[in-house]
Amino acid sequence: MELAFIIEKFILITVIFLITLTIAAYSTLAERKIAGFLQDRVGPNRAGPGGMFQPLADGLKMFFKEEIIPAESSTTLFILGPSLALLTALIGSAVIPWGESVQIAGTLVSLQVTDINVGILYIFGVVSLGVYGIMIGGWASNNKFSLMGAIRAASQSISYEIPMGLSIIALLMTTNTLSMKEIAEQQHGINWNIFYQPLGFLIFLVCSFAETNRTPFDLPECETELVGGYHTEYSGFKMGAFMFSEYINMFVSSAVMSTLYFGGYNYPGMDWVNSMAGPLFGPLVGMAVLILKIFAFIFFFMWVRWTVPRFRYDQLMNLGWKVLIPLAIANIVITGIVITIIDKL
Amino acid sequence: MSISLFYLVALLSIFFALMVIFSKNPVHSVLYLIVTFFTFTIHYILLNAQFLAIVNFIVYMGAIMVLFLFVLMLLNLNESSTEYRSNIMKMVGLIAGMCLVITLVGSVKALNASDPLVLQTQDLGLVKNLGKVLFSKFLLPFEISSILLLSAMVGAVLLAKKDIKQV
Repeated sequence: MELAFIIEKFILITVIFLITLTIAAYSTLAERKIAGFLQDRVGPNRAGPGGMFQPLADGLKMFFKEEIIPAESSTTLFILGPSLALLTALIGSAVIPWGESVQIAGTLVSLQVTDINVGILYIFGVVSLGVYGIMIGGWASNNKFSLMGAIRAASQSISYEIPMGLSIIALLMTTNTLSMKEIAEQQHGINWNIFYQPLGFLIFLVCSFAETNRTPFDLPECETELVGGYHTEYSGFKMGAFMFSEYINMFVSSAVMSTLYFGGYNYPGMDWVNSMAGPLFGPLVGMAVLILKIFAFIFFFMWVRWTVPRFRYDQLMNLGWKVLIPLAIANIVITGIVITIIDKL
Repeated sequence: MSISLFYLVALLSIFFALMVIFSKNPVHSVLYLIVTFFTFTIHYILLNAQFLAIVNFIVYMGAIMVLFLFVLMLLNLNESSTEYRSNIMKMVGLIAGMCLVITLVGSVKALNASDPLVLQTQDLGLVKNLGKVLFSKFLLPFEISSILLLSAMVGAVLLAKKDIKQV
């Protein structure tokens, strides 16, 4: 029993890991294709049919580039930085419920790596650790531009964690649970949380852009002021690790937003599909729906990147502290009042 | 299993805590402190206090240590700038440290080792139980500590203002 459990989880983790890496790799291609589409040009189309092998070519290029470690920098921390960035990006997907339990040969197999009863807080903790990779890498580079990027990343991440946490509190007040699995189960059919928490979702979305360092919040790597930001001194695969962790972060935060606000694996008419497809393929359809929602969010991330210009630093801080935090607190108060009124009725 | 795991994690905590003191570079010290806090998180999980574990993870590892690192990176401490400690400073440090050791040894001796610590409920650390206890039995201390935090926050904002008269 114990061994079977370990094997089951091992297979699940491997599959999720592979899906995450594949989607992150193809996000780089999608980003360039979407940029091409928005700027009315073709985008990469030389490697393979329609540019399908471009991520492989990029990966090979990263591997074969020269690894440069700057003199007078702390070598251990210089290598630790990108490794930590990649690690914290990958561990976030552990608590996301990818679908309902699948029935294989009479036993129910959960499509979630672990259902800890503080799942949302775990996600929040992983998000708050994410900045260490950038900070350590930026500091260890021994370069003032890298340091500036690292410090910007740290202050931006801390500022936007607060409204993010407050918007989650309002969500918790309506769901009454911290477990990701229960939150997903509550949103059966089209009973999605977005209809109860529209303002909370908006705040969460803006904060996810800030936490993943995507435009218009990509000040840590602002090339017009800071050369390349925190990864100025990085080359080869360590640079690739930073870039890759950004795309994985985007994938994981899209998955979190889909699960928390857009029903996760739930979709209208899922009962009918489940009764038609059976206990093995029904949940897999749900998983496919979740991945489609994630793709929609990733497209949105890219759409915004190529549409909205970067903020100025004071605008970023004003938005975080003077707009989002008061809005998030107002959202909590309104949610509380509405819940009390509904309870009294 | 659980006991041996505890001893392993406890050993790691002490090791990394010592590394905080013994590393020359202050940034390395902070990084070792982060790892020390991570071992504390594992201790909480071993005690089945999941909420405390995750709060320790978020608040100490994710927020406070980021601020520590932030300040240290701005200060840019070099090897040369830290070598100002005079012999008097070292003596004062030694005396203070010895006082702390005596206090700790005294308090450990005063502990009645034969009293086993018994948890009233096994699942006390889960979010639901902790919330219920906080909002019923310990409501007053809980609210007072929130006022304490608020006043600390107001004080910090007041200190950060440069010209109080103009406000």
